[in-house]
Amino acid sequence: MKEEFKVISKFIEKKSRVLDVGCGDGILMEYLLKNKVVDVRGLEISKEKVKKCLSKGLAVIEGDAENDLKQFPDLSFDYVILSQTLQAFMSPENVIENLLRVGKKVIVTIPNFGHWKVRLDLLLKGEMPVTKNLPYQWYNTPNLHMCTIQDFYNFCNNKRVNIYKSISLNGEKISNITNSNLKYKNLISELGIFLLEK
Amino acid sequence: MSNLNKTKNIIIEKTLKLDCGKEISSFPLAYETYGNLNEKKDNAILIFHALTGDQYASGINPITKKEGWWNYAVGPGKSFDTDKFFVICANVIGGCMGSYGPGTIDPLTNKPIGTNFPVITINDMVNAQYNLLDYLKIEKLFAVAGGSMGGMQVLQFVSNFPNKAKVALPIACTASHSAQNIAFNELGRQAIMSDSNWKEGLYDEKSTNPDKGLAVARMAAHITYLSKQGLQEKFGRNLQERSDLKFGFDADFQIESYLRYQGSVFVDRFDANSYLYITRAMDYFDLTKQYGGNLSKAFKDTKTKFFIISFTSDWLYPTSENKDIVIALNAIGADVGFVEIKTDKGHDSFLLDVPDFLSTIKNYLNTTYSNINERRI
Repeated sequence: MKEEFKVISKFIEKKSRVLDVGCGDGILMEYLLKNKVVDVRGLEISKEKVKKCLSKGLAVIEGDAENDLKQFPDLSFDYVILSQTLQAFMSPENVIENLLRVGKKVIVTIPNFGHWKVRLDLLLKGEMPVTKNLPYQWYNTPNLHMCTIQDFYNFCNNKRVNIYKSISLNGEKISNITNSNLKYKNLISELGIFLLEK
Repeated sequence: MSNLNKTKNIIIEKTLKLDCGKEISSFPLAYETYGNLNEKKDNAILIFHALTGDQYASGINPITKKEGWWNYAVGPGKSFDTDKFFVICANVIGGCMGSYGPGTIDPLTNKPIGTNFPVITINDMVNAQYNLLDYLKIEKLFAVAGGSMGGMQVLQFVSNFPNKAKVALPIACTASHSAQNIAFNELGRQAIMSDSNWKEGLYDEKSTNPDKGLAVARMAAHITYLSKQGLQEKFGRNLQERSDLKFGFDADFQIESYLRYQGSVFVDRFDANSYLYITRAMDYFDLTKQYGGNLSKAFKDTKTKFFIISFTSDWLYPTSENKDIVIALNAIGADVGFVEIKTDKGHDSFLLDVPDFLSTIKNYLNTTYSNINERRI
């Protein structure tokens, strides 16, 4: 079980309604169903992955977040999850807006482009960073809009989105991000996990 | 079709009020079952057939001696695993495989009812079949499933009886027949009605039937069931048992020969008037309108789990129309899964050996059945 999913599932209260956007093979959905007894739905763009989910009896629909979130009514879920896909959208701004419309609370995780290894790659080698979490070359990456934890904080401030909880993940180490340690966490976190509210 | 007396059927005594206003009672409904109903009676699946289908979904159809129409999907170890599930399939009213239809002999005249048969709807078909569940003493179905017109019946069934089935699988269908759908059906009906043997629908089955018209109707419809790419790959411009064009109107091309064959075998097993009535029922199908323009309302009280499937190359009931159903269900927070299966086999994909499609259904049904039993869902 990924550490990330453990953190996410801790955010979620029992018996709530959850939408997992970009649910992949449905591993998080299954984990939530087992542990939280939630009503959980998934949206996934890959046919192969949707078939896997449906084969497991999960309520997953094929579609992409940029077009298919529209169909969900306002505040129709207690939580909407977006795990490590925000950077791949044409318009992350619109997607976040839609997530906050559909969900009472939104959980977003981002691979942190502010991590020191990423910074070092560009600083020392003068090359676009390739890391464990970001294994792509500049010419084949699906990640159109990389950002740092600091960037995401700034974005939420500008959009008046309330960051309710903020977690740093560095390997298996889980820690809180606060206003006072933000600069430091932006340097050492591989992943940022945020619980948002409009 | 002289062997029709061999079909399994029940006589429905209860009066059924049809959408056209007329009432029918004491009418036959032919059906077939596969597998066994378990002690808990929780493993029954009702399958609805499409336009030219019948109750013989699996195995060998005893009337036509050919494979059942959903033999790929229904049977031991298959998608609808009859080692595990009790599969029920009935011939729709209006059909011609033993259920009450225009070919039924009117005892007063000793002739087929013909076009004196009332115009029926998908709603009427579903309500008629509901009686079969009472007869088989099944209080709750595990699932309802069907493709094309069968899928329309699934949608209508869940909207009429919101908590009668735990799972619903509408496949390659629509909630509202499009202008294009109606146009193709009208083409088929005109082909039949312009055959001089049709005689306003009062032809006698034993003598001359409007076979030519019915064959043309089938040929035209058959094209709509396939994709352009599928046709091109299978036939291309291949010639039929000849090395060059003959400069005449025989079937020079394989595709012509194929369509003529499809037409000719169809008339042996299908009644022209049934074709008129059933296509009419499809054209009248508009679940969205039935619920005041809001399809979500059709499902508002249901706890049924939906799994909707469409096919990439199906242009008759395209993905967008299947997705409208998904959207309507999501709008009310219903439990819905949806996938579009990649295939070049067109609308007919649901009847064919499309491994992705067949295995996804199988896994979905098996997992969902055990999940429900473990009360995880």
